[in-house]
Amino acid sequence: MKKMVFGKGQRLSRRAFVVNATTAAGGFALGLNVPFADALAHHGKASEHNATEVNLWVAIEPDDTCVIRIARSEMGQGTLTGLAQLVAEELECDWKKVETEGISPSRNLASKRAWGEMGTGGSRGIRVSQDYVRKGGAAARMMLLQAAADQWKVPVGELSASDGIITHGNKKISYGKIAAAAAKITPPDPKDIKLKDPKSWKIAGKPMKRLDTADKLNGAKVYAIDVKLPGMLNAAIKDAPVFGSKIVSFDDGKAAKMPGVKKVMKVKDTAVAVVADTWWHAKTALEAVDVKWDEGENAKVSNATIKERLEEGLSAAENNGERKNGNALAAIAGAAKKVEATYSTPFLSHACMEMMNATVKLSKDRAECWVPTQNLEASLAALSESSGVPLAQCEVHRHDLGGGFGRRGGTQDYVHQAVAIAKEFPDTPVKLIWSREEDQAHDFYRPTSMCKMSAGLDEKGELVGLHVRSSGQSINAWLNPAGIQNGKDMRQLQGWYEAAGDAQLGYTVPNLLIEYVMRNTHVPVGPWRGVNTNQNAVYMECFIEECARAAGKDSLEFRRSLMKNHPKHLAVLNAVAEKGDWGKPLPVGVHRGIAQFMGYGSYSAATAEVSVDAKGKLKVHRMVLALNCGHAVNPGQIAAQVEGSVAYGLTATLYGEMVIDKGRVTNTNFDTYEIMRLAEMPKVETVIVPTYDFWGGVGEPTICVVAPAVLNAIHAATGKPVHELPLKNVKLV
Amino acid sequence: MAKLNINGKVRDVQAEPDTPLLWVIREQVGLTGTKYGCGVAQCGACSVHINGEVQRSCSIPLSAVKAGDKIVTIEGLSANSSHPVQKAWAAVDVPQCGYCQSGQIMAAVALLKKKSKPTDADIDTAMTNICRCGTYQRIREAVHLAAGNTRAADRATRRS
Repeated sequence: MKKMVFGKGQRLSRRAFVVNATTAAGGFALGLNVPFADALAHHGKASEHNATEVNLWVAIEPDDTCVIRIARSEMGQGTLTGLAQLVAEELECDWKKVETEGISPSRNLASKRAWGEMGTGGSRGIRVSQDYVRKGGAAARMMLLQAAADQWKVPVGELSASDGIITHGNKKISYGKIAAAAAKITPPDPKDIKLKDPKSWKIAGKPMKRLDTADKLNGAKVYAIDVKLPGMLNAAIKDAPVFGSKIVSFDDGKAAKMPGVKKVMKVKDTAVAVVADTWWHAKTALEAVDVKWDEGENAKVSNATIKERLEEGLSAAENNGERKNGNALAAIAGAAKKVEATYSTPFLSHACMEMMNATVKLSKDRAECWVPTQNLEASLAALSESSGVPLAQCEVHRHDLGGGFGRRGGTQDYVHQAVAIAKEFPDTPVKLIWSREEDQAHDFYRPTSMCKMSAGLDEKGELVGLHVRSSGQSINAWLNPAGIQNGKDMRQLQGWYEAAGDAQLGYTVPNLLIEYVMRNTHVPVGPWRGVNTNQNAVYMECFIEECARAAGKDSLEFRRSLMKNHPKHLAVLNAVAEKGDWGKPLPVGVHRGIAQFMGYGSYSAATAEVSVDAKGKLKVHRMVLALNCGHAVNPGQIAAQVEGSVAYGLTATLYGEMVIDKGRVTNTNFDTYEIMRLAEMPKVETVIVPTYDFWGGVGEPTICVVAPAVLNAIHAATGKPVHELPLKNVKLV
Repeated sequence: MAKLNINGKVRDVQAEPDTPLLWVIREQVGLTGTKYGCGVAQCGACSVHINGEVQRSCSIPLSAVKAGDKIVTIEGLSANSSHPVQKAWAAVDVPQCGYCQSGQIMAAVALLKKKSKPTDADIDTAMTNICRCGTYQRIREAVHLAAGNTRAADRATRRS
């Protein structure tokens, strides 16, 4: 555990937040639910829009503009628009007059976390918020109606509201005119709030255009990396190439004399930063600093040594998490036919287009930060912890993110660094920007793993036993050791669970043994869009394909025969088979693959149509993806997420790998860490099959079926299974 | 001291001759719509027009830009986002996080100047900027829409 420098920081950060928050807000702790009535009570503060605040979620301007408050982060996934749709639906306002306002974490904290949790990861932005934001919209509508009823002296039951207008007979009044009176109405008892049946939705459930597009088209949008503040300085940083290595010495003789340079400094024990007037000056001078690190044993680690370690785990005796029924090993041993395969997947960086950055200004008794973050409260906690300024005197300014994908959640490493730098420049804002090279070399990577799969088939070709043994690095071990109980880390089995509802395996196998064995390295790991569903779907779905072929059965029919107890999984598989033309003829040389999996409370399936030419060059022509996310809040944005998950997933499939050599990442820019371009984007068709009996995620669920659908299509095309990613390292013919 | 014509306005800038145009635009001129994405001309987030040609400004030193060169950044593309490419981007709801979209739009505008009715193959060749959110399918659709190619309108209808 000694190696886990960053992991320790993360834990400290969480604890510090709980302790400090308790002090600051009088007895509330992270994760504690605020009574719902508190969230409905209006706080009487004028919003930034100079509107009347009806309740925490809704403020209304005299011109009928409805300002809907948003707590979660927007990083491109469309949550902002979806949440606004849910509130607007219950509010019965005019969608054309909706604007949004982001809540700052300090405001949330000062209000005893009335806006709920702000963290935006795990595809939770809408599914976890939906109940209380809809009730917020509904409560505001009830208060507006009551205010109008009081004014007209008629029973509230005789009034109706639609498009921001309240009507009683011939009388009409707009929300803007009655908002001030509504704000004085006692909020309804939460148990009296009845939410609309999704069947009657007019705003939610519709493919509304995003609300945040306009300033992404003309350069006006200010990302955190674009922040300009009076007197601001800029910083560039280089952390130890071999993760966690401490600095022995550095020579700043040359850099200190370069144009614009204010300071060359050590940051924590591992990094060197240059602070200058411009970032370009800082970055140029940083390259002239000669740094010596004590790299130790970790400098001997390479992809080859890591692979040896994972292979050892495949045959080791112990496990760190399992699921079982029947006796898989005996069933396989006694089976008519055995199938075996070992797969591997590499470390992957997130490569957000906007690199890690944070601007920090520290003054006496005040700390401010401008940062792209998936967790505003974690940023606030990191700012307070690193600066020593109490939480109540800290402020994190909201900026939408230039990509997140799981990189900008709990760790907040860049905030800690920026604070350390800004401490040297009191009352002066300092903007720290990582270079692309720094961003690639200091990620919390998608963990690498290998997986040995064994199966037994009976004479009829039915699957009688399945043994899954996955050996790889644990995210919890790095970021959240509390998630490992009695040495068992069930998070690594994501998508293979027995329990329904979140990430359940869609197959019933009479004799099943699934094991995870933890094999950690010094390479930091963390959540990466789809997290462990990515590799677990590749292992399961590519191997099921191999089993189907060994059994001489159709890939779809073989799966269906295992899915009788999983009707929701099956329905999505059937939907994709139908829309993906399963079994129908294809042009000569084009082959089809299929896959299904579950994660983030949603069910996904995909077909892929590919060709592999005589030289082994792959082309993915068309993909059809089906998704049951329970409630479909914005079908247009769901399609956008599905399309995006194909691009992110295909990039990983085709190109993604960190090359670890001498203990460090050596492919640190897009010339060596290739990203899929437009020309390689297949035609994507999205099939949304919501059943409206649960709330599932959207941003992550479909990514995991992309790789296996493509790999299974390659298997169909070449007759050979693929066992290793990325494909750029694999000879297909 | 160098003189740059950016978005029709001549400005004096103070920077070393080897400073990339990207950082002159962002830090000296103060126009931040042009983005840093890789610094090695791979991703195209820094795309601007120089004399009508799309260029990756992260890899052009200030010394290579002449005072008479006409530089256009995303901010100078149109008043009120009225360029047909910007309108098509809005109609198709292209951006997700939006960070790469300045560069994508500049690349698309340059493409349409050369080929007013681009084919899919033309788009494949010209639109090589990286988007990590994966908006490629909608970018293709929006380029067709901006060009007035009818199939884009068909697709947009089918999707909604």
